[in-house]
Amino acid sequence: MSNHYYNATDLGKFGNITDFQKEAGEKFFAWYGEVFKDSALSAREKSLIALAVAHAVQCPYCIDAYSSDAYEKGYSEEQMMEAVHVAAAIRGGASLVHGVQMMNKVKEIAM
Amino acid sequence: MKSLKAQGSNLADALTQVDILEHGYGDSFKLVPFQEKLQNVGLLPLRPTNINIFQVNVGKMCNQVCKHCHVDAGPDRKEIMTIETMQQCLDVLAANPQLNVVDLTGGAPEMNPNFRWFVQEIRKLDRHVIVRCNLTIILANKKYHDLPQFYKEHKIEVVSSLPFYTQDRTDRQRGNGVFEDSIKGLQMLNEVGYGIEGTGLTLNLVYNPAGAFLPPSQTALEAEYKQALMERYNIRFNQLFVITNMPISRYLDYLLQTGNYDKYMEKLTNAFNPAAAANVMCRSTLSIGWDGYIYDCDFNQMLEMKVDASSRHISAFDLAALQQRPIVINQHCFGCTAGSGSSCGGAVT
Repeated sequence: MSNHYYNATDLGKFGNITDFQKEAGEKFFAWYGEVFKDSALSAREKSLIALAVAHAVQCPYCIDAYSSDAYEKGYSEEQMMEAVHVAAAIRGGASLVHGVQMMNKVKEIAM
Repeated sequence: MKSLKAQGSNLADALTQVDILEHGYGDSFKLVPFQEKLQNVGLLPLRPTNINIFQVNVGKMCNQVCKHCHVDAGPDRKEIMTIETMQQCLDVLAANPQLNVVDLTGGAPEMNPNFRWFVQEIRKLDRHVIVRCNLTIILANKKYHDLPQFYKEHKIEVVSSLPFYTQDRTDRQRGNGVFEDSIKGLQMLNEVGYGIEGTGLTLNLVYNPAGAFLPPSQTALEAEYKQALMERYNIRFNQLFVITNMPISRYLDYLLQTGNYDKYMEKLTNAFNPAAAANVMCRSTLSIGWDGYIYDCDFNQMLEMKVDASSRHISAFDLAALQQRPIVINQHCFGCTAGSGSSCGGAVT
């Protein structure tokens, strides 16, 4: 192992995952390709969704790939940052909404 | 901003550019030879199909200094086609009816003092004429304000660069104020009927990526352009041509200055598409330089790679010989074969 977990050049090696398990890897990439095709949602819309999700899951490879992809597909810096804010709002909200459970529990046990 | 030539940059030299593309830059990414890629898909030697486009670069003078310009054009460039060379081009067109499309480019072609005469003479020969108009030239000086009317009178197809439908991306690539003047220019073209259904006056726009990335789908982007330009500025146009930035001249300089060269070249080579390679524009086009020399394409012209044929100058034009020639290729050709392909008419697949 190298002395760090993430290396930008590894993104370009993503396709090599089929070296260790061909069938599953190929099925994944075929499915992945299908997911990002123009369909009920356009490839452009899917790119922005992917950018937001990339930030939600905090995947540096995905952020690299979909920052380029979304910009290439014509989204502005402002639109891209708003997509990141959507991801952040959902993540923040996901924590905060659990506060209701905390409140419920406190109300249950409090005198 | 000045041209590379005016800056005294070593990249103003075509051989320096070719050397970087062939051998890399410092420890840069080593490109697979383009020749090898063509060999693998059975396209070597690359030969013409049916030559019908006669592209003429009437000079390198331009009112703009765009960051991605493969011509290194600008106000300081004095290379300009003479009326004598234009006459030789007309003689060639008269003798070769197969050359039914004449594509006039620059620089800003309108800055050539004999531009209008040349257009009129070509139209007398009943050829379809394309002018690559940068839009801002229309507003640059009073003497150009009637260009839309002139184009209309002579039924010229106008092809104009608009790197994006927003000001920031356009001005970043083409200079401050370019977007605003481009919009005005487009509105003036619309006013005389360009881009309006039923007029027969064709106005096509060109998209170039404003940065170190490849263009998106032409079809999808055209729909966005049409919607955005109509909603925001009431502008209509016919088609959008999506063109990949060629890693030569000022765009090569930009890639090197910003540390994007390796990644961009890797993207280009990884995106090599055999179908695009089969349809490259150099198979149906000849490119004539301001000084009358003949090239396979405008990019080879800027890299000073003349055709590999006995007929190398307009004064010794021989279409039969040129039809048989092997097309001169080099590493920059990856720019035309990536993804959906790229040509002066946009995507090729």
